Amino acid sequence: MIRLVRRPMPSRGWALATPLLAVLLTMIAGGLLFAALGKDPLVAIRTIFWDPIMGKNAFYYRSQLPVKAAPLVLIATGLALGFRAGIWNIGAEGQYIVGALCGAAVGLGFYPAEGWYIFPLMVIAGALGGFLWAMIPALLRVTFGTSEILVSLMLVYVAENLLASMALGAMKNPDGFGFPGSRNLSQYPAAANLEIWPGTGIHWGVIAALIAVICAYVVLARHLLGFQIKVTGLAPRAARFAGVDPKRLIVICLGVSGALAGLAGMFEVSGPSGIVSIDFNVGYGFTAIIVAFLGRLHPVGILLAALLMALTYIGGGIAEGQLGLPSAAILAFQGMLLFFLLALDVLTNFSIRLGSGQTRGGV
Amino acid sequence: MGGIDPILLLASLMVASTPILLAALGEMVVERAGVLNLGVEGMMIFGAICGFAVGVGTGSPSLGFLAAALGAAALSMLFGVLTQILLSNQVASGLALTLFGLGLSSLVGQSYSGIKAPPSLDFDIPLLSDIPVLGPILFQHHPMVYLSILLVIGVWVLLRHTRAGLILRAVGESHDAAHALGYKVVAIRLAAIAFGGALAGLGGAFISLVRVPQWTEGMTAGAGWIALAIVVFASWRPWRVLIGAYLFGGVSVLQLNLQAAGFKVPVQYLAMSPYLITILVLVLMSARRRSATAQAPADLGKTFHASS
Amino acid sequence: MQRRQFLATTAATALAAATGSVAQAADKVKVGFIYVGPVNDGGWTQHHHEAALEMVETLGDKVEMVYQENVPEGPDAERAMTQMALDGANLIFTTSFGFMDATINVAAKFPDVKFEHATGYKTAPNVGVYSARFYEGRAVQGFLAGKMTKSNKIGYIASFPIPEVIRGINSAFIHARKVNPDVEFSVIWAFTWFDPAKEADAATALIEQGCDVILQHTDSTAPQAAAQKAGNVYTFGQAADMAEYAPMPRISSIIDVWAPYYIARTEAVLNGTWESDNTWDGIGAGMVGIGEISSAVPADVKAEAEALRDSIAAGEYHPFTGPLKKQDGSDWLAEGETADDGTLAGMNFFVEGLTGDIPS
Repeated sequence: MIRLVRRPMPSRGWALATPLLAVLLTMIAGGLLFAALGKDPLVAIRTIFWDPIMGKNAFYYRSQLPVKAAPLVLIATGLALGFRAGIWNIGAEGQYIVGALCGAAVGLGFYPAEGWYIFPLMVIAGALGGFLWAMIPALLRVTFGTSEILVSLMLVYVAENLLASMALGAMKNPDGFGFPGSRNLSQYPAAANLEIWPGTGIHWGVIAALIAVICAYVVLARHLLGFQIKVTGLAPRAARFAGVDPKRLIVICLGVSGALAGLAGMFEVSGPSGIVSIDFNVGYGFTAIIVAFLGRLHPVGILLAALLMALTYIGGGIAEGQLGLPSAAILAFQGMLLFFLLALDVLTNFSIRLGSGQTRGGV
Repeated sequence: MGGIDPILLLASLMVASTPILLAALGEMVVERAGVLNLGVEGMMIFGAICGFAVGVGTGSPSLGFLAAALGAAALSMLFGVLTQILLSNQVASGLALTLFGLGLSSLVGQSYSGIKAPPSLDFDIPLLSDIPVLGPILFQHHPMVYLSILLVIGVWVLLRHTRAGLILRAVGESHDAAHALGYKVVAIRLAAIAFGGALAGLGGAFISLVRVPQWTEGMTAGAGWIALAIVVFASWRPWRVLIGAYLFGGVSVLQLNLQAAGFKVPVQYLAMSPYLITILVLVLMSARRRSATAQAPADLGKTFHASS
Repeated sequence: MQRRQFLATTAATALAAATGSVAQAADKVKVGFIYVGPVNDGGWTQHHHEAALEMVETLGDKVEMVYQENVPEGPDAERAMTQMALDGANLIFTTSFGFMDATINVAAKFPDVKFEHATGYKTAPNVGVYSARFYEGRAVQGFLAGKMTKSNKIGYIASFPIPEVIRGINSAFIHARKVNPDVEFSVIWAFTWFDPAKEADAATALIEQGCDVILQHTDSTAPQAAAQKAGNVYTFGQAADMAEYAPMPRISSIIDVWAPYYIARTEAVLNGTWESDNTWDGIGAGMVGIGEISSAVPADVKAEAEALRDSIAAGEYHPFTGPLKKQDGSDWLAEGETADDGTLAGMNFFVEGLTGDIPS
């Protein structure tokens, strides 16, 4: 009989090996899927994983990796703090939208003025917007005990309607002939979040994401707050004895994750996206939850997981365009990758023993 | 312009709420067993295409519903194996299931768009359907509408009055204690997950076979997420799931009816109203009881490992 | 801008390497399509895709077609277009309004690639725009609706309050009122592009309010099914013919017909005669199709509707011909005056007689 025995410490070797193994297994399973769809599996796999980095036009795709990964990193880093403490903000999509709206509102409000201070003000407004939107579930939770999972999720739909209303009404481009959508902020120099080094895809959001990763790493490893978060997640009762104020922690965790999600939205709307439009949000807030777990709620892990997700988006897009793969196949492929990554995680935390061993009871 | 007929409203809200009611009821059972499956949307959409494909293929909506339940339950087993046997994180596995279910259903459904669903006749409850006014409206629905209500009763009886329900709840409250008592925690949880999958599949198939009825990619349009919210809203009680689903369905239908009746309403804010009202009701409920989260099964979302 | 120039040079180098020198006329063109939805959405995207396939069928091996579906707006759209351009596409159709700025941005980097953007208003030397005058079809629908209704209540399921949708409502209303002065419109704003279940609920709500004709500016057949269930309710196919619901409840339809345009523009690239254009075609040019008027419509009404269709097609009649007033009672068009395209393109007001506000 096969049984799992928990390792006293997660295995370092497996922790590094499992992602590679998972990618390998996904290539095999995904290859079978692509073959079933009548495509050459080897070409498809090469297109998804190799071409964006080393292929013919990699000079362009490489610059797209940070563009796609930055919002995921920003949001997931914030979420991971809360998740570690058992605080479930699953409404980052809403905070992302509100952050973008607030940032854009400041930028559009100053239009067409020029000034170095406009962009920084937008950054502050974006973070503040996400923060305040996250404060709704936070304050309801600490005052009434209302579930933050539900409230934050419901607020996503409210935010989406708010976005539509803004794109059609208050923020509509006055020079846009009545069409929906705001002015393009990326064409308004004082408010534009452009590439810092041309051709690299690195914009201010990427810098912010890297700073967030470093800060989260330091907080978790060295700071008292990080200790409180970890203790609360592992043993909430013990945390109280250790002097953790759970309400304060809820407000901090939701606030930080909301602010980061708001920042991500603001950097997106002022740069890569440019426009407040009805369909501005593309699900980063939900994908970031997956990224947070794929990265094992660790800032560096999140960075790598986000890059991997970004790679499958970009490579998947190339495969769709070049090989005529349906986008549904890419979606299923991403799902498989996640399944394998999650499934193989078991090897990191458990060792597999054959025979009955000395453990008690049966599963 | 005319007003709104409350009886008609009630009738249409019953139809509008049935998919989320089914999915939420299934998810509630899963969560009572201590498992948080965020893959409801993925299972619903997979049920929608399984039900539609088999319904069209055989010409029988009933077989379609059966296939939807089986297909979605099979899909949920991916999540089951991942979380119960390989001990993966439930939140991430559930989200991955949604992603995979959306992709898989689109692949399966590629040749089914633009096809008309097989006719599914409404079912008149004898005698009751003859009651004037009320009869034709409340008792002449598709059988799934009644089945969903019967399932609410069934789940309530199961959880409240049977030994099986007691065990299920015990597993959700403390898997270690249940394990010590000799219950097969993993097997029970797998069964609950499959049940949740089957109900989500039925909910999805109700959309593709009855409510819309047609197949298009992504047609569940977020109903699975609403179902998840309703479970929390209902604080894990079957009757409150019914109330929650009907309340949500009711507000959504009401806002459309208000528009149709020509009331001067700020539409874009009305579209938000179902979500805002859900939050409001939730706050009122938790304010009265101080803590809604205290109602959650104690071991919800925690990984169970027998030899730890 | 510095960034632009850098990319333009690198991209142009890469492109030149990929395709050799750019000739005036070409033996073979690679045509790309960027879709906002899935190719089998049964509506907007499916029609573009079917037209693309028809174009390939017509032009044979002179053309290679590539596409990408489910492309979100913003950076993803830009990447998808850039990718096609880098892979050697000569002509790229971007088939959603939300792709407008992305199209302009990418076009600036690839001056030798032609772009065609659907339903937008920004052009460039290598970017043309095209759209269809669906409001012409709405006029025929409105006429039929006004003739067929017995309750004098007509329901209209609208998506978002954008000029395209508002134009359709106005056009349908004007022509319904013209033949039936007692007619009233109930408009439901669904605030979604795509949620079949919500469309079903909206149709049910309208039917319960006594509407016996339902027009829709959403793509699913959910309203058709709801109408069929209710019995004596008439509907119209949208985007697709939806003939599976004929003769009742579907009595006619507006069909998107893109294939002739795609063929013409691809041939223009083949011949080296492509130039940036601003195309807004209607029934006459064949971009808007009126689906078969079904047997549920009395023969004389059908004949009148077809006459209306033909006079619009021939350019003898403009659906927005004065005297017309705006909803607030102010004058819009004088007797015999027709609306100019600029006003129509950005239409953000209801005409006199419509009740309810346009949400903003």
